[in-house]
Amino acid sequence: MLIQTLAFYFFAVLAIFAGLFVVRSRNPVYGVLWLILAFLSSAGLFVLQGAEFVAMLMVIVYVGAVAVLFLFVVMMLDVDFATLRAGMARYIPIGLLIGGVLLMMLGIEIGNWKFSDSADELRQSPTPLPETTHNTLALGQVIYTDYVLLFQLAGLILLVAMVGAIVLTHRRRTGVKRQDSVEQIYRDPSKSIELKDIRLPEGNEK
Amino acid sequence: MIGLEHYLMVATILFVIGVFGIFLNRKNIIVILMSIELMLLAVNINLVSFSVYLEDLTGQVFTLFVLTVAAAEAAIGLAILVCFHRNRKSIAVDDVSLMKG
Repeated sequence: MLIQTLAFYFFAVLAIFAGLFVVRSRNPVYGVLWLILAFLSSAGLFVLQGAEFVAMLMVIVYVGAVAVLFLFVVMMLDVDFATLRAGMARYIPIGLLIGGVLLMMLGIEIGNWKFSDSADELRQSPTPLPETTHNTLALGQVIYTDYVLLFQLAGLILLVAMVGAIVLTHRRRTGVKRQDSVEQIYRDPSKSIELKDIRLPEGNEK
Repeated sequence: MIGLEHYLMVATILFVIGVFGIFLNRKNIIVILMSIELMLLAVNINLVSFSVYLEDLTGQVFTLFVLTVAAAEAAIGLAILVCFHRNRKSIAVDDVSLMKG
Protein backbone atom coordinates (compact mmCIF):
# COMPACT_ATOMS: atom_id res chain seq x y z
CA MET A 1 0.00 0.00 0.00
CA LEU A 2 2.77 2.39 0.92
CA ILE A 3 4.55 1.76 -2.34
CA GLN A 4 1.33 2.42 -4.23
CA THR A 5 0.81 5.71 -2.41
CA LEU A 6 4.38 6.78 -3.02
CA ALA A 7 4.14 5.82 -6.68
CA PHE A 8 0.92 7.77 -7.04
CA TYR A 9 2.43 10.94 -5.61
CA PHE A 10 5.59 10.46 -7.66
CA PHE A 11 3.70 10.14 -10.93
CA ALA A 12 1.18 12.86 -10.05
CA VAL A 13 3.85 15.42 -9.17
CA LEU A 14 5.87 14.43 -12.22
CA ALA A 15 2.84 14.86 -14.51
CA ILE A 16 1.93 18.25 -13.08
CA PHE A 17 5.46 19.63 -13.22
CA ALA A 18 5.94 18.29 -16.74
CA GLY A 19 2.69 20.01 -17.73
CA LEU A 20 3.88 23.28 -16.23
CA PHE A 21 7.17 23.06 -18.08
CA VAL A 22 5.35 22.33 -21.37
CA VAL A 23 3.56 25.64 -20.96
CA ARG A 24 6.56 27.60 -19.75
CA SER A 25 9.28 26.19 -21.99
CA ARG A 26 11.35 28.69 -23.96
CA ASN A 27 12.02 26.30 -26.79
CA PRO A 28 9.13 24.18 -28.13
CA VAL A 29 11.53 21.26 -28.63
CA TYR A 30 11.98 21.10 -24.85
CA GLY A 31 8.23 21.60 -24.54
CA VAL A 32 7.59 18.47 -26.59
CA LEU A 33 10.06 16.51 -24.45
CA TRP A 34 8.25 17.64 -21.29
CA LEU A 35 4.97 16.65 -22.95
CA ILE A 36 6.40 13.16 -23.44
CA LEU A 37 7.25 13.05 -19.73
CA ALA A 38 3.71 14.12 -18.83
CA PHE A 39 2.26 11.35 -21.02
CA LEU A 40 4.62 8.76 -19.55
CA SER A 41 3.81 9.68 -15.96
CA SER A 42 0.07 9.64 -16.65
CA ALA A 43 0.59 6.20 -18.17
CA GLY A 44 2.14 5.29 -14.81
CA LEU A 45 -1.02 6.57 -13.10
CA PHE A 46 -3.13 4.38 -15.37
CA VAL A 47 -1.03 1.33 -14.50
CA LEU A 48 -1.56 2.10 -10.80
CA GLN A 49 -5.30 2.13 -11.40
CA GLY A 50 -5.21 -1.21 -13.16
CA ALA A 51 -5.96 0.11 -16.65
CA GLU A 52 -2.91 -1.41 -18.31
CA PHE A 53 -4.24 -1.40 -21.84
CA VAL A 54 -4.98 2.33 -21.84
CA ALA A 55 -1.58 2.95 -20.26
CA MET A 56 0.26 1.08 -23.00
CA LEU A 57 -1.89 2.75 -25.64
CA MET A 58 -0.92 6.07 -24.13
CA VAL A 59 2.77 5.24 -24.47
CA ILE A 60 2.42 3.93 -28.01
CA VAL A 61 0.01 6.48 -29.47
CA TYR A 62 0.99 9.64 -27.63
CA VAL A 63 4.71 9.17 -27.07
CA GLY A 64 5.29 7.09 -30.18
CA ALA A 65 3.15 8.98 -32.65
CA VAL A 66 1.74 12.31 -31.52
CA ALA A 67 4.78 13.61 -29.64
CA VAL A 68 7.13 12.49 -32.41
CA LEU A 69 4.88 14.25 -34.92
CA PHE A 70 5.12 17.42 -32.85
CA LEU A 71 8.88 17.08 -32.58
CA PHE A 72 9.13 16.52 -36.32
CA VAL A 73 7.12 19.65 -37.14
CA VAL A 74 8.88 21.81 -34.56
CA MET A 75 12.25 20.85 -35.97
CA MET A 76 11.15 21.09 -39.60
CA LEU A 77 9.71 24.59 -39.42
CA ASP A 78 12.23 27.36 -39.35
CA VAL A 79 10.53 29.68 -36.90
CA ASP A 80 11.97 32.32 -34.65
CA PHE A 81 10.34 31.38 -31.39
CA ALA A 82 11.72 34.37 -29.51
CA THR A 83 9.45 36.80 -31.38
CA LEU A 84 6.47 34.56 -30.70
CA ARG A 85 7.20 34.81 -27.01
CA ALA A 86 7.27 38.58 -27.03
CA GLY A 87 4.52 40.08 -24.91
CA MET A 88 4.05 36.84 -23.05
CA ALA A 89 4.46 38.54 -19.68
CA ARG A 90 1.37 40.63 -20.42
CA TYR A 91 -0.81 37.54 -20.51
CA ILE A 92 0.48 35.95 -17.30
CA PRO A 93 -1.88 37.87 -14.92
CA ILE A 94 -5.06 37.19 -16.90
CA GLY A 95 -3.99 33.59 -17.43
CA LEU A 96 -3.31 33.12 -13.72
CA LEU A 97 -6.63 34.76 -12.87
CA ILE A 98 -8.69 32.55 -15.16
CA GLY A 99 -6.66 29.47 -14.26
CA GLY A 100 -7.05 30.17 -10.55
CA VAL A 101 -10.79 30.74 -10.81
CA LEU A 102 -11.23 27.58 -12.89
CA LEU A 103 -9.11 25.57 -10.45
CA MET A 104 -11.12 26.82 -7.47
CA MET A 105 -14.43 26.08 -9.17
CA LEU A 106 -13.37 22.57 -10.12
CA GLY A 107 -11.86 22.05 -6.64
CA ILE A 108 -15.17 22.98 -5.01
CA GLU A 109 -16.87 20.59 -7.39
CA ILE A 110 -14.53 17.74 -6.49
CA GLY A 111 -15.02 18.35 -2.77
CA ASN A 112 -18.82 18.22 -2.97
CA TRP A 113 -20.35 15.46 -4.94
CA LYS A 114 -21.57 11.90 -4.57
CA PHE A 115 -22.59 9.07 -6.80
CA SER A 116 -26.28 8.59 -7.45
CA ASP A 117 -27.85 5.65 -5.64
CA SER A 118 -28.61 3.98 -8.93
CA ALA A 119 -25.03 4.34 -10.21
CA ASP A 120 -24.43 0.62 -9.78
CA GLU A 121 -27.41 -0.43 -11.89
CA LEU A 122 -26.63 2.14 -14.57
CA ARG A 123 -23.28 0.57 -15.45
CA GLN A 124 -23.16 -0.24 -19.15
CA SER A 125 -20.44 -2.86 -19.13
CA PRO A 126 -19.38 -3.95 -15.63
CA THR A 127 -15.75 -4.96 -15.28
CA PRO A 128 -15.30 -8.72 -14.96
CA LEU A 129 -13.23 -10.00 -12.05
CA PRO A 130 -9.56 -9.19 -12.53
CA GLU A 131 -8.64 -12.71 -11.38
CA THR A 132 -10.42 -14.33 -14.32
CA THR A 133 -10.22 -11.68 -17.05
CA HIS A 134 -7.37 -9.26 -17.35
CA ASN A 135 -7.85 -5.68 -18.49
CA THR A 136 -6.95 -6.10 -22.17
CA LEU A 137 -9.18 -9.14 -22.63
CA ALA A 138 -12.09 -7.46 -20.86
CA LEU A 139 -11.75 -4.33 -23.01
CA GLY A 140 -11.56 -6.41 -26.17
CA GLN A 141 -14.73 -8.27 -25.23
CA VAL A 142 -16.53 -4.93 -24.91
CA ILE A 143 -15.02 -3.04 -27.86
CA TYR A 144 -15.62 -5.72 -30.48
CA THR A 145 -19.21 -6.38 -29.42
CA ASP A 146 -21.07 -3.44 -27.89
CA TYR A 147 -18.93 -0.68 -29.35
CA VAL A 148 -18.01 -2.16 -32.69
CA LEU A 149 -19.75 0.60 -34.66
CA LEU A 150 -17.96 3.33 -32.71
CA PHE A 151 -14.72 1.42 -33.11
CA GLN A 152 -15.12 1.34 -36.90
CA LEU A 153 -16.04 5.02 -36.95
CA ALA A 154 -12.88 5.80 -34.95
CA GLY A 155 -10.91 4.01 -37.64
CA LEU A 156 -12.71 6.05 -40.28
CA ILE A 157 -11.81 9.26 -38.44
CA LEU A 158 -8.16 8.24 -38.48
CA LEU A 159 -8.36 7.43 -42.19
CA VAL A 160 -9.90 10.81 -42.98
CA ALA A 161 -7.27 12.54 -40.84
CA MET A 162 -4.50 10.70 -42.66
CA VAL A 163 -5.88 11.57 -46.10
CA GLY A 164 -6.44 15.18 -45.02
CA ALA A 165 -2.92 15.56 -43.67
CA ILE A 166 -1.43 14.16 -46.88
CA VAL A 167 -3.60 16.38 -49.09
CA LEU A 168 -2.73 19.45 -47.06
CA THR A 169 1.01 18.97 -46.98
CA HIS A 170 1.61 17.37 -50.36
CA ARG A 171 2.82 19.62 -53.15
CA ARG A 172 4.12 19.02 -56.66
CA ARG A 173 7.33 20.84 -57.25
CA THR A 174 8.15 22.11 -60.71
CA GLY A 175 11.57 21.71 -62.28
CA VAL A 176 12.30 18.37 -60.64
CA LYS A 177 13.12 15.25 -62.65
CA ARG A 178 10.51 12.64 -62.00
CA GLN A 179 9.90 9.09 -63.16
CA ASP A 180 6.89 8.70 -65.47
CA SER A 181 6.15 5.01 -65.67
CA VAL A 182 3.42 5.31 -68.32
CA GLU A 183 5.79 7.10 -70.64
CA GLN A 184 8.43 4.48 -69.95
CA ILE A 185 6.08 1.61 -70.77
CA TYR A 186 4.86 3.14 -74.02
CA ARG A 187 8.32 4.04 -75.27
CA ASP A 188 8.86 2.72 -78.81
CA PRO A 189 12.25 1.06 -79.50
CA SER A 190 12.17 2.07 -83.15
CA LYS A 191 12.10 5.73 -82.17
CA SER A 192 14.78 5.53 -79.52
CA ILE A 193 17.53 3.54 -81.29
CA GLU A 194 19.26 4.52 -84.48
CA LEU A 195 21.51 1.99 -86.24
CA LYS A 196 24.31 3.19 -88.49
CA ASP A 197 26.80 1.41 -90.72
CA ILE A 198 30.39 2.29 -90.01
CA ARG A 199 32.56 2.97 -93.00
CA LEU A 200 35.99 1.51 -92.49
CA PRO A 201 38.71 2.52 -92.11
CA GLU A 202 38.02 6.23 -91.84
CA GLY A 203 34.96 5.88 -89.52
CA ASN A 204 31.93 8.03 -89.40
CA GLU A 205 32.31 11.75 -89.26
CA LYS A 206 29.56 13.78 -87.88
CA MET B 1 -5.33 3.40 -0.76
CA ILE B 2 -5.44 6.40 -3.04
CA GLY B 3 -9.01 7.58 -3.46
CA LEU B 4 -10.84 8.80 -6.52
CA GLU B 5 -10.55 12.44 -5.48
CA HIS B 6 -6.76 12.35 -5.72
CA TYR B 7 -6.88 11.29 -9.35
CA LEU B 8 -9.57 13.85 -10.10
CA MET B 9 -7.41 16.56 -8.54
CA VAL B 10 -4.42 15.62 -10.71
CA ALA B 11 -6.67 15.71 -13.78
CA THR B 12 -8.09 19.09 -12.75
CA ILE B 13 -4.64 20.60 -12.27
CA LEU B 14 -3.48 19.28 -15.64
CA PHE B 15 -6.60 20.69 -17.32
CA VAL B 16 -6.07 24.11 -15.74
CA ILE B 17 -2.42 24.04 -16.83
CA GLY B 18 -3.67 23.41 -20.36
CA VAL B 19 -6.03 26.39 -20.20
CA PHE B 20 -3.27 28.51 -18.70
CA GLY B 21 -0.93 27.49 -21.52
CA ILE B 22 -3.40 28.65 -24.16
CA PHE B 23 -3.58 32.07 -22.51
CA LEU B 24 0.15 32.29 -22.00
CA ASN B 25 1.30 31.27 -25.49
CA ARG B 26 -1.44 32.85 -27.52
CA LYS B 27 0.88 33.61 -30.41
CA ASN B 28 2.48 30.21 -30.79
CA ILE B 29 0.18 27.67 -32.43
CA ILE B 30 2.47 24.74 -31.63
CA VAL B 31 2.32 25.35 -27.88
CA ILE B 32 -1.45 25.90 -28.11
CA LEU B 33 -1.79 22.48 -29.75
CA MET B 34 0.37 20.97 -27.01
CA SER B 35 -1.84 22.61 -24.38
CA ILE B 36 -4.89 21.06 -26.03
CA GLU B 37 -3.16 17.68 -25.82
CA LEU B 38 -2.62 18.27 -22.09
CA MET B 39 -6.31 19.05 -21.63
CA LEU B 40 -7.30 15.88 -23.48
CA LEU B 41 -4.88 13.96 -21.26
CA ALA B 42 -6.67 15.35 -18.20
CA VAL B 43 -10.00 14.22 -19.66
CA ASN B 44 -8.54 10.75 -20.17
CA ILE B 45 -7.36 10.58 -16.55
CA ASN B 46 -10.88 11.54 -15.43
CA LEU B 47 -12.53 8.91 -17.61
CA VAL B 48 -10.18 6.14 -16.50
CA SER B 49 -10.51 7.10 -12.82
CA PHE B 50 -14.30 6.93 -12.88
CA SER B 51 -14.17 3.76 -14.95
CA VAL B 52 -11.93 2.04 -12.40
CA TYR B 53 -13.84 3.38 -9.40
CA LEU B 54 -17.27 2.37 -10.70
CA GLU B 55 -15.92 -0.86 -12.20
CA ASP B 56 -17.46 0.02 -15.54
CA LEU B 57 -15.35 -0.53 -18.65
CA THR B 58 -17.23 2.05 -20.72
CA GLY B 59 -14.98 4.83 -19.45
CA GLN B 60 -11.87 3.08 -20.71
CA VAL B 61 -13.53 2.44 -24.08
CA PHE B 62 -14.28 6.12 -24.37
CA THR B 63 -10.67 6.90 -23.50
CA LEU B 64 -9.73 5.08 -26.67
CA PHE B 65 -12.04 7.30 -28.69
CA VAL B 66 -10.69 10.45 -27.06
CA LEU B 67 -7.21 9.19 -27.93
CA THR B 68 -8.29 8.66 -31.56
CA VAL B 69 -9.71 12.14 -31.85
CA ALA B 70 -6.63 13.63 -30.19
CA ALA B 71 -4.31 11.88 -32.63
CA ALA B 72 -6.41 12.94 -35.63
CA GLU B 73 -6.58 16.51 -34.35
CA ALA B 74 -2.82 16.69 -33.86
CA ALA B 75 -2.17 15.32 -37.34
CA ILE B 76 -4.58 17.71 -39.08
CA GLY B 77 -3.52 20.68 -36.95
CA LEU B 78 0.14 20.18 -37.67
CA ALA B 79 -0.60 19.65 -41.38
CA ILE B 80 -2.46 22.96 -41.50
CA LEU B 81 0.44 24.53 -39.63
CA VAL B 82 3.00 23.24 -42.15
CA CYS B 83 0.78 24.42 -45.02
CA PHE B 84 0.40 27.85 -43.43
CA HIS B 85 4.09 28.19 -42.71
CA ARG B 86 4.84 27.36 -46.35
CA ASN B 87 2.63 30.20 -47.53
CA ARG B 88 3.32 32.88 -44.94
CA LYS B 89 6.74 31.94 -43.48
CA SER B 90 5.30 32.46 -40.03
CA ILE B 91 3.17 30.57 -37.52
CA ALA B 92 2.04 33.53 -35.43
CA VAL B 93 -1.66 33.44 -34.62
CA ASP B 94 -1.96 37.15 -35.43
CA ASP B 95 -0.98 36.50 -39.03
CA VAL B 96 -3.91 34.15 -39.60
CA SER B 97 -6.08 36.88 -41.01
CA LEU B 98 -6.09 35.85 -44.64
CA MET B 99 -9.68 34.69 -44.53
CA LYS B 100 -11.25 37.62 -42.71
CA GLY B 101 -14.48 38.54 -44.39
